[in-house]
Amino acid sequence: MKTGFSIRGVEFQNRVFVASGTFGYGDEVKDLVDLNKLGGIVTKSLSWKPRDGNPPRRIVETASGMLNSIGLANIGVDTFLEKKLPFLRTLKTRIIANIAASSIQEYGNVLSLLEDHEGIHGYEINVSCPNVKEGGLSFGTDCAMTAKITADLRPRTTKPLIIKLTPNVTHIAEFARAVKGEGADAVSVINTVIGMAVDVKSRKPKLSTVTGGLSGPAIKPIALAKVFEVAQMVDIPIFGIGGITRLEDAVEFLMVGATAVQVGTANFVDPATGTTIAEALESYGRRQNMSDIGELVGSLIVDKKASVLQSWM
Amino acid sequence: MIIADVVVTDVKIVAEGTRVLTFVSPDIAKSTLPGQFVNVRVHAGSDPLLRRPFSVSRVEGDHVEILFNVVGAGTDILARKRPGDVMNVLGPLGVPYGIHGDFKNAVLIAGGLGVAPMAILTQHLKSSGKHVDTFLGARSALHLVVDHLENVHVATDDGSKGFHGNVVRLADEYLKEHPARSAKIFACGPTRMLKAVSAFAILAGIEGEISLEGEMACGIGICQGCPVERAGGQKKYALVCTDGPAFHCQDIILRES
Repeated sequence: MKTGFSIRGVEFQNRVFVASGTFGYGDEVKDLVDLNKLGGIVTKSLSWKPRDGNPPRRIVETASGMLNSIGLANIGVDTFLEKKLPFLRTLKTRIIANIAASSIQEYGNVLSLLEDHEGIHGYEINVSCPNVKEGGLSFGTDCAMTAKITADLRPRTTKPLIIKLTPNVTHIAEFARAVKGEGADAVSVINTVIGMAVDVKSRKPKLSTVTGGLSGPAIKPIALAKVFEVAQMVDIPIFGIGGITRLEDAVEFLMVGATAVQVGTANFVDPATGTTIAEALESYGRRQNMSDIGELVGSLIVDKKASVLQSWM
Repeated sequence: MIIADVVVTDVKIVAEGTRVLTFVSPDIAKSTLPGQFVNVRVHAGSDPLLRRPFSVSRVEGDHVEILFNVVGAGTDILARKRPGDVMNVLGPLGVPYGIHGDFKNAVLIAGGLGVAPMAILTQHLKSSGKHVDTFLGARSALHLVVDHLENVHVATDDGSKGFHGNVVRLADEYLKEHPARSAKIFACGPTRMLKAVSAFAILAGIEGEISLEGEMACGIGICQGCPVERAGGQKKYALVCTDGPAFHCQDIILRES
């Protein structure tokens, strides 16, 4: 049975990845997880310079989920190349570098620098991190700006270029259409949903930045609807992300139209969630007598024309 | 560091609102150093979602003890565990207290649940041949946990036992009366107490380490959720989970939220 798929000639051994920011740079969990069993590892966001991130408090647990306001704390691209990439090169799992930036120029600089090094198989562009004032939000919620970033990056690489979309917009499919039009190979759907939590005793917001990004099982229904919406609009691969903790979740995402999935917040609870799901998905396919797990993609049975197909589309 | 299902053997109340949970894990029991913690998945469900970090309080044979108060949904589930129940544990995690220096006298200062790591710390200090004095602060006599500690000096907020007032003042006054040469302070407790301990240790020129708590999701440096401000150096923040939880007093800046 075929478990893998390819994007722009890059073969991925299965359809279960780990999401950016939930798996470090892989080496932190190498003793707990067989990294070679993942379809791909998406690195923590990389920016041109190291970033300290936001002041505490950065994390708040909420009902079946968590809010974060990390502020893109990361080691910067130079340290990544020196300290992290050599280890990642030893894996047979595909490595997707996630890039965050505060200007179009910075996105380009980081990507071009990574292009000069062996061991990275594709790029995921974080246009949607809602945490840093001068960072993601202004790009990812502006369709023209998101398209412009894609257009600027496309000529810099022949490797897969994946744009990670924010759900904090009215019609996410318009963004998918726009980045496809500029040459994006795939989209990741979704990044975190803006949320907040209040400490009633002190009357203060719990996060230092007032609002943050909600993730975990709480957002899975939102994510499924967004993937479904995007799948109706564009025919490029979609990485389904949002609250995946077990096999059934992954299957749901594939059915609504995701080509592959990324496990995120669940990694904080058990870093082996992704490999467990990858194995379970393969068993599931065999039990269902499939010849290719890809048969699940977009296999949702809908009686009528989907309700998201509205006039604006 | 391992991730494993473990069997709970006992949950018992040891003070007002405070419980000790014991589980079996030969690997964790063997490898845990004082000040390290375990990240406990209290159930398999998604609400509450995240693991809960607890200092390892004591180790005996294959048994590992953690100390906790019921403060929310996670600890409420833990309090209801029965012998034979299984839960998933990740650990041991974090940087332990430094117990192998040249010092001869260990001064342990704990406030409230900050007593948690003191029993295992005492075990290790004694086997390294150190003299141990312990200063415990609690709300009242009923809130005190004094098991497996050495030379305990008590301070209570309500004066129901020992010194009436602040445990750091008690330790300060005791050390003035009994100047301990070659001493090192080990502290754990509320941020305000740790600030006082740090100030006192730095002023007195005594080496001191404090153990911090932090909101964290993973416990292994991935989520970046538990920053604490560094006192110097290039990076602005350290992580409680992987750079701590034990820090030298002068290396970090504590802020009360």
